[in-house]
Amino acid sequence: MNNHLADLPAWAAVPAALLLLAGAGLTLIGTVGLLRFGSFYQRVHAPTLGSTLGIGCILLASMLIFSVLESRAILHELLITALMVVTTPITLMLLARAALYRDRSEGSDEVPPPPSGSTTVPKPGASDEAGV
Amino acid sequence: MRRLMRRWLPYPLMTATLLAVWLLLNESMAPGTVILGGLLSLATAATLGVLDLPGGRFRRPWAALSLLGVVLVDILRSNWAVAKIILRPGGGGRVSGFVRIPLDLRAPYGLATLACIVTATPGTVWVAYDRRRNTILLHILDLVDEQEWIDTIKGRYETRLMELFE
Repeated sequence: MNNHLADLPAWAAVPAALLLLAGAGLTLIGTVGLLRFGSFYQRVHAPTLGSTLGIGCILLASMLIFSVLESRAILHELLITALMVVTTPITLMLLARAALYRDRSEGSDEVPPPPSGSTTVPKPGASDEAGV
Repeated sequence: MRRLMRRWLPYPLMTATLLAVWLLLNESMAPGTVILGGLLSLATAATLGVLDLPGGRFRRPWAALSLLGVVLVDILRSNWAVAKIILRPGGGGRVSGFVRIPLDLRAPYGLATLACIVTATPGTVWVAYDRRRNTILLHILDLVDEQEWIDTIKGRYETRLMELFE
């Protein structure tokens, strides 16, 4: 593998290295945010740095390196990008809705009440708000 | 002809996407790969009929490209903004909170796309969708002005999505 990478010309190696550093850096910043933020709803924002631009930079670097090494367009990574974009919202919504449900039933005043405006504790399955 | 189409090609866009995925995975445009991938995607799309998917339509692929451009720019900008918030020492003065946004968009695939966009831009998280009032509840990391966010979601994304899906 190392021998392969030694063949990589500088014009490709430099941008690929910068992209990898940027992607890894963004993911690291997101992880730091996970530590620093206070509430659940703030924390859930932080890792999205890694799951959007962070992984985007890393995949671009991968496409660049392998396209140059094999002298043809390597486009696998587009699939990874598409699948990430489509599946991340599902996990995030599940987490956010679980947190919202918990906070509402605990009567927390940090979260908005259910849209019906009633102050009663939401019963399972009786919530007005549903995921798409 | 229409009946034949409906029988064998109920989801043309889905079939084309599956074929594209197959060709990308195989990294080949050889006739054998194309034929096998074509048969597989036809069969897979046909089984989708069992799932009773909500109907929808997709128009103006070129408008989708302009939406993609807008979203890519927003991803770059919001990544930068959230990274700055995280690295700011003390993190003082920042207010985050919930915003309820009234929507005009009702097409299910349009809403799903909006969910992907909201999630893909750091700083906004889709929390819940109220089908009866057609509103979404978002959590915004850096909430300065609620109206500004309502205008952003409706102006930048919703009008374009309604052009595409409704």
